[in-house]
Amino acid sequence: MKLLILIPAFNEEGSIVGVIKEVHDVMPGVPVLVVDDCSEDATRSLAAAAGAGVLPMPFHLGLGGCVQAGYRLAYELGYDYVVRVDGDGQHNPKYIPKIVETLQREGCEMVIGSRFVNGAGEHTGLLRALGIVFFRFMLRPILGKTVHDPTSGFVGVNRTALALFSKSFPLEYPEIEALVVLQRKRFRFVEVPVVMRPRRAGRSTITALRSLYYPVHVLLGVFVNVLKFEGRRK
Amino acid sequence: MDRLTNVMTLFSAVLICFVLLSVRRAHIRVEYSVSWLLAAMVLLIFSQWRALQERIAAAIGLQNAPLAVLMVAGAVFLIVLYRFSLIISRLKDSNIALMQRVAILEFRLTALDQKSSTRS
Repeated sequence: MKLLILIPAFNEEGSIVGVIKEVHDVMPGVPVLVVDDCSEDATRSLAAAAGAGVLPMPFHLGLGGCVQAGYRLAYELGYDYVVRVDGDGQHNPKYIPKIVETLQREGCEMVIGSRFVNGAGEHTGLLRALGIVFFRFMLRPILGKTVHDPTSGFVGVNRTALALFSKSFPLEYPEIEALVVLQRKRFRFVEVPVVMRPRRAGRSTITALRSLYYPVHVLLGVFVNVLKFEGRRK
Repeated sequence: MDRLTNVMTLFSAVLICFVLLSVRRAHIRVEYSVSWLLAAMVLLIFSQWRALQERIAAAIGLQNAPLAVLMVAGAVFLIVLYRFSLIISRLKDSNIALMQRVAILEFRLTALDQKSSTRS
């Protein structure tokens, strides 16, 4: 089994080394790829020095473009599974084995690390929690089941999903739309409980203004993907 | 209201001149100037074609024929803007794919360099 740990990062010099070290401790010998989204700080050099491979984006692409580049490379290099861990330290690498084990056992295309399956969603801001509840109910009829934490970026995918995401992946706020992309192909995804941590350093790219734009963009993206799906069914 | 149609005529003529100058200076590629030239020509002809203005005004329920010129101008430029949105979207997709490819190639090249330097 070829497994890759993918860490998208943008200006994460305060946390990237710790995240890579934790991943190496939990998954010794498993390659780590940091996709550096054209950071303006020392993220790229620190990640390389910490023993990770670095995929350097020539311009700032945004989270989706960055993650898709990592998926593309992983697919080309023949990886069977990829687990995405954020570079800000919110995702605890100790759950990676559980995600990989679930991917193998269930044979599903994606496993989502969810802070709401068994837990109460620790370290989730009020606005984000409200957004999660909103999207959970909105996605229920589209996905045909409840996804408790649709905004979680702590996910593992298998090679089938890698092939799909290499070609088609939402570019700006990818987590929710990616679920709809999977659903269009009738792919399966399951959630496993994880506990998230507060971000270690740096600032979220979703500012107050963007948090207003986020639901509009995601709703439109979901709507467009649903329309595509209907078109293909005919 | 004749003044409105004259202003539209002048505006269209100036737009055509600007676009042609920009093409001449290679600021706009020829294929992207066509939309603007077509839009300006349509407005130029329409702003001086009184009978057509009256027919369209009657069709859409406007009292003054020259107001139809404004309606048509708005519609024409919306279509042009829509066309450019399509072009920009396609360009953005191409740029993203290109950037990802460049990054992947750089990664693989670096890995190859490291491998060959380790061997030697």
